[in-house]
Amino acid sequence: MKPMFSYKKVSKSYDELEVLKEVDLDIEQGEKVALIGPSGSGKTTFARLLMTLEEPTSGVIEVDGEPLWHEKKNGTLVKASEKHLRSMRGNIGMVFQHFHLFKHMTVLQNVMEAPVTVLGFSKDKAMELSKSMLDKVGLADKLEEYPANLSGGQKQRVAIARALVMKPKIMIFDEPTSALDPELVGEVLEVIKEIAKEGDMAMLLITHEMDFARDIADRVVFFDEGKIVEQGSPEKIFNQPETPRLQAFLDRFNSR
Amino acid sequence: MSTLDLIYALLKGLEVTLVLTVLSMILGFVLAFVAGLGRLSKYKIVRTISAIYVEVIRGTSLLVQLFWIYFALPILGIRLPAMAAGILALGLNSGAYGSEIVRSSILSVPEGQNEAGIALNMTRFQRMWRIIMPQAFVMMLPGFGNLQIELLKGTALVSLITLADLTYQANVLNASTLETTKIFGILLIMYYLIAWPMTKGIRWLENRLTVGRY
Ligand SMILES: Nc1ncnc2c1ncn2[C@@H]1O[C@H](COP(=O)(O)OP(=O)(O)O)[C@@H](O)[C@H]1O
Ligand SMILES: [Mg+2]
Repeated sequence: MKPMFSYKKVSKSYDELEVLKEVDLDIEQGEKVALIGPSGSGKTTFARLLMTLEEPTSGVIEVDGEPLWHEKKNGTLVKASEKHLRSMRGNIGMVFQHFHLFKHMTVLQNVMEAPVTVLGFSKDKAMELSKSMLDKVGLADKLEEYPANLSGGQKQRVAIARALVMKPKIMIFDEPTSALDPELVGEVLEVIKEIAKEGDMAMLLITHEMDFARDIADRVVFFDEGKIVEQGSPEKIFNQPETPRLQAFLDRFNSR
Repeated sequence: MSTLDLIYALLKGLEVTLVLTVLSMILGFVLAFVAGLGRLSKYKIVRTISAIYVEVIRGTSLLVQLFWIYFALPILGIRLPAMAAGILALGLNSGAYGSEIVRSSILSVPEGQNEAGIALNMTRFQRMWRIIMPQAFVMMLPGFGNLQIELLKGTALVSLITLADLTYQANVLNASTLETTKIFGILLIMYYLIAWPMTKGIRWLENRLTVGRY
């Protein structure tokens, strides 16, 4: 079976700094992939390439067999137009470390915005859908609040509902709990776990919560210095790490 | 002349000042957005034209612009009525300064807001008008408030191109009655009474748009 998402020799440099070095990775439909690794190893950049927030320096990313950042023209691959990117982006959703809720909109408006403006849903239909999403993340009683009046955990749950309502084929979570006070981490992880159980949406989950990664991931990928150093099932990665670099990384975590 | 007579005589100039203020405010507002967005356009030519407009206006004084439009343009065959020249000069001037407010406010909306819009597959246009602009607009208000007051003060210069505004009437009255203190006292109060609702209006709008949100 062809993978749903595929990175092929993808590199990314900022000027002289090579952040990703010919990375290959396939993600199947519905697969939950956890990305771990030291900070600065390129995890965020890796995810942002898929969300089309950052353009690869070389290599190809494919979604369902079609190149994301390129278009085929006369048999060769050329840089994708905004139109092509728009046609591909609907497959991909993202939850950011710092939420990025629309500050001038209420919780409900935040979630309704894209269904109305992007998908062209009627207000009624979008509202119904958004309310059920907010219900799912446990915020049915906060519809009319503005983000400024929410806790970090609540903000992140709104952000999850906002991304989820677009029904992407893959959801990227970039350290969704790193900006939260420790006592608020649990509620967000709980929500993500629930979503993961539901099935056919793939996930690319960047996290430092190792227990959480072990819990929900089908596969764990260890990143270091812009490369995938080791990958495998959670059992293998956490219980029998093969490379010294992964061992050292996990030791540092366990000793905390 | 009694105080009431003085006020009555001055009121003749009030209409000119008000019309000038309101119309050049509207023109300035439109130009501020056009040039402010132009400075951020993805097309170089649009950015350049906007930048030239802003730099030329900011590099010269309102008085020079006013004289140029009223006295120099006719040499090139463009003759504008004094009122139109006044509105154009004040509007162009206010628009150039306003465009800096528009530009910097848009730039001060965090990039994360735009990226969240991309992640939701919104178009560039949707991101600008649904996400960035509403947040930037709130930040523009204090700057625009000051700008409108500046503009009101600037209208006093139009008496130099034969427009009979408040200041012009005050000067005429002063020459004939010599009640300088009284006349300019009343003038001061009148300008203040025009400025007051403008300041209050902006405050009110700012409050409406921010309460509970920031
Ligand atoms: N826009 C950028 N410009 C320059 N360097 C960047 C930029 N974004 C990230 N980097 C650099 O790329 C490297 C990887 O960053 P990142 O992908 O955020 O890693 P991680 O998410 O694993 O911490 C870091 O050294 C970071 O400083
Ligand atoms: Mg990161």
